[in-house]
Amino acid sequence: MSILAKKKKRQGAEIPTSSMADIAFLLLIFFLVTTTIDVDTGIGMTLPPEPDETTPPPPVSDRNMLKILINAQGQVLLEDLPSSVAQIRSEVLTHVQNNGADARYSDSPSKAVVSIKTDRLTPYNLYIQTLDEVWMAYFEIWDTEARSMGHANYVEYRSNLEGGTENEIREKWPAQVSLAEPDPGN
Amino acid sequence: MAHFAKKSKAKPEISTASLPDIIFMLLIFFMVTTVLREQEVQVRTILPQAEALTKIEQKRYVSYVWMGPEKLPGNRVGETKVQIDDAVIEDMTNVRSIMYRKLSEQPRLIVSLRVDEESEMGVVTDVQGELRKAGTLRISYSSRRDISNI
Repeated sequence: MSILAKKKKRQGAEIPTSSMADIAFLLLIFFLVTTTIDVDTGIGMTLPPEPDETTPPPPVSDRNMLKILINAQGQVLLEDLPSSVAQIRSEVLTHVQNNGADARYSDSPSKAVVSIKTDRLTPYNLYIQTLDEVWMAYFEIWDTEARSMGHANYVEYRSNLEGGTENEIREKWPAQVSLAEPDPGN
Repeated sequence: MAHFAKKSKAKPEISTASLPDIIFMLLIFFMVTTVLREQEVQVRTILPQAEALTKIEQKRYVSYVWMGPEKLPGNRVGETKVQIDDAVIEDMTNVRSIMYRKLSEQPRLIVSLRVDEESEMGVVTDVQGELRKAGTLRISYSSRRDISNI
């Protein structure tokens, strides 16, 4: 009898919960310290698929192609004319928004291609600056288009797009940036 | 006397019974957002600055490729190396097989290129060529926000 009684008494014991908050706090502090809430930001690109021998690349007429060439010394050649990184944005803007007006620039926004060619020894930093300028030109166009549609800017327009709906602005002004194979350098 | 009665009433205590629950909620939030086991990067990557940035919100799609001068003891840097996950890649063709495997596991893979700003285009082009062969076409040139222009 005495053994049974003892056992019953033990079952009634309760776990003290007063220290629960402290334990949870400790865990919380651990995760607070180890958490890194950093979102990776970058310039997004889609590489062209591996070239197929049977299907030649689509022909792009010379006027639709805006050629940007950066050499190992960091000099910029824009449409075969010496230029600078700061001029790329305005050049891309006129090229894409030309709509066939000027014979030197593109026929229509959907046909306009921006081609960036580098050298193997070109500084990466300069390449990113160039790419940044090209993308900023497109962002500018998209922002203007979004404002004419009654949105505050392109980012707001895109965030309001429901899943499955076509992004009309990008459909109208597609960003076609091509990365050419670089020269072997030296 | 009426005043005394009031005094006795004004002894509110904040109930601490729900404190563990609140703490647990916070704890669970941080547990979910935490990414344990950050890779140790063996190459120096000072990212370039840019303006036209897009955020990659879906972190689980992202796979990183680091490129930059190898970190050597004593604050020195060596030759430019490529690192994927934990390993420095010596043979460029390995990039293709690694990325091909990753792509089959995650079809919506985005490769984030974390390239040191002082690198040259050669290594970036080589890696891009391998990525094209592997079929991982969505890439992102990881960059910092340009603070000087704001």
